[in-house]
Amino acid sequence: MAYFEVVVLVATRKGAWIYRGDARRTDWRVDGPHFLGHIIHHLVLDPRDGRTLLAAAKTGHLGPTVFRSTDLGCTWKEAARPPAFAKAADGTGRAVDHTFWLTPSHPEEPGVWYAGTSPQGLFRSEDGGVSWTPFSAINEDPQYRAWMGTVQDGTPDGPKLHSILVDPRDPRHLYFAMSGGGVHESMDGGERFAPFVKGLEVVEGFDPADPTFHDPHCVRLCPSRPDRLYQQNHCGIYRIDRPSDTWVRVGRNMPASVGDIGFPLVVHPRDADTVWVFPMDGQTVWPRTCPEGRPSVYMTRDAGASWQRLDRGMPPTQVWWTVKRQAMSADGLDPLGLYFGTTSGELWLSRNEGGEWTCVAQHLPEIYAVEVLALQAGVSPP
Amino acid sequence: MKVLIPQVLHSYTPGREVAARGTTLAEVLADLDRQFPGIRFRIVDEQDRIRAHMRFFVGGEAVRDLSQPLGESDEVIIVQALSGG
Repeated sequence: MAYFEVVVLVATRKGAWIYRGDARRTDWRVDGPHFLGHIIHHLVLDPRDGRTLLAAAKTGHLGPTVFRSTDLGCTWKEAARPPAFAKAADGTGRAVDHTFWLTPSHPEEPGVWYAGTSPQGLFRSEDGGVSWTPFSAINEDPQYRAWMGTVQDGTPDGPKLHSILVDPRDPRHLYFAMSGGGVHESMDGGERFAPFVKGLEVVEGFDPADPTFHDPHCVRLCPSRPDRLYQQNHCGIYRIDRPSDTWVRVGRNMPASVGDIGFPLVVHPRDADTVWVFPMDGQTVWPRTCPEGRPSVYMTRDAGASWQRLDRGMPPTQVWWTVKRQAMSADGLDPLGLYFGTTSGELWLSRNEGGEWTCVAQHLPEIYAVEVLALQAGVSPP
Repeated sequence: MKVLIPQVLHSYTPGREVAARGTTLAEVLADLDRQFPGIRFRIVDEQDRIRAHMRFFVGGEAVRDLSQPLGESDEVIIVQALSGG
């Protein structure tokens, strides 16, 4: 398949940047900043048309919104109706603080997108991101609200709904995850969701049967084998092979000195046995930095039975950044290109599946998300 | 009536000063949103709560209630308190 351009979408705490590279991934052109000063939690290109971009945005003092481009970032227009909870008559209703996650739906559903918010809510657009409505019953369901907890139960800048996954074989088969609140699955297009947490560990002393205590950081479905999912969790790295209903902690096979705590996880698009993670220090007070100040991606080629350190090209010591859950991605080319963005504003690239790393950009704001898409010949760029 | 818009919202309006109609602050905000789609949601959330850091002043007095009655001669100043880093 012929590719002519790789598009890397970098969402940061202070705006968004788009890096456009040739198919060899050696020459990069930077386009940005977009929305300078806005907090951009996620910037996603629609793989169904190769030109529609959605950006989840807010600033420190304005309400959240979604910006939309249909020409790969040349021009932007605000969503007419951004994600917002239903208004409660008694004044106790929730308000979206920020949209955190964006997922384009199935190719059979052009224009359909899902969004996850903080506080946790699930939203859907059927018009390419112009207007959003609450999706499924979970946003107001008393049981789900109990599992979601409150802002006190979530991550430092609010609990988040993320990892919205659409089964490539069936657009009605959906997953999402909540930090905290567990992983959930629907077989009927979101009419009903059910917890999907068996086998996952929780912090010692809490009941693993209660989704409230689960903190999935990043869940990925293998495109080449959709019955297999991996998960980077607050309590380790897991794999599941359906129809099994029980997650297996494959992170136990990571080196003990590194551990299996982290945020991002990337699956190989063509090989369900190959996965990359970026471990972080989750000991004591959770520094959320590279373990021992030594950064590295870890890769498994055997579905988590063994893990290999991949740090060639990275600084060897005294490195104290880390990689957030949305900030590591793959481009789909062969050999696969891997990308990650750091909390210190560096964008890193490997053109050979992690064998060698190169820093593509420095001095960006804190990177929240990195998404990559290789555009194919026949898809006309603007 | 005259409404003064803070700089962070100038991407929605033609400038700092705009005109809007309404007998309450809520109606003025609704009219602003009709003229400048999307501006209200950046100021007021979906539960009709004024967002953190957003303040309204009418006749030099702080107003915290969207049902506050307004007269045609009133001037509404929307202020955004900068915070964070």
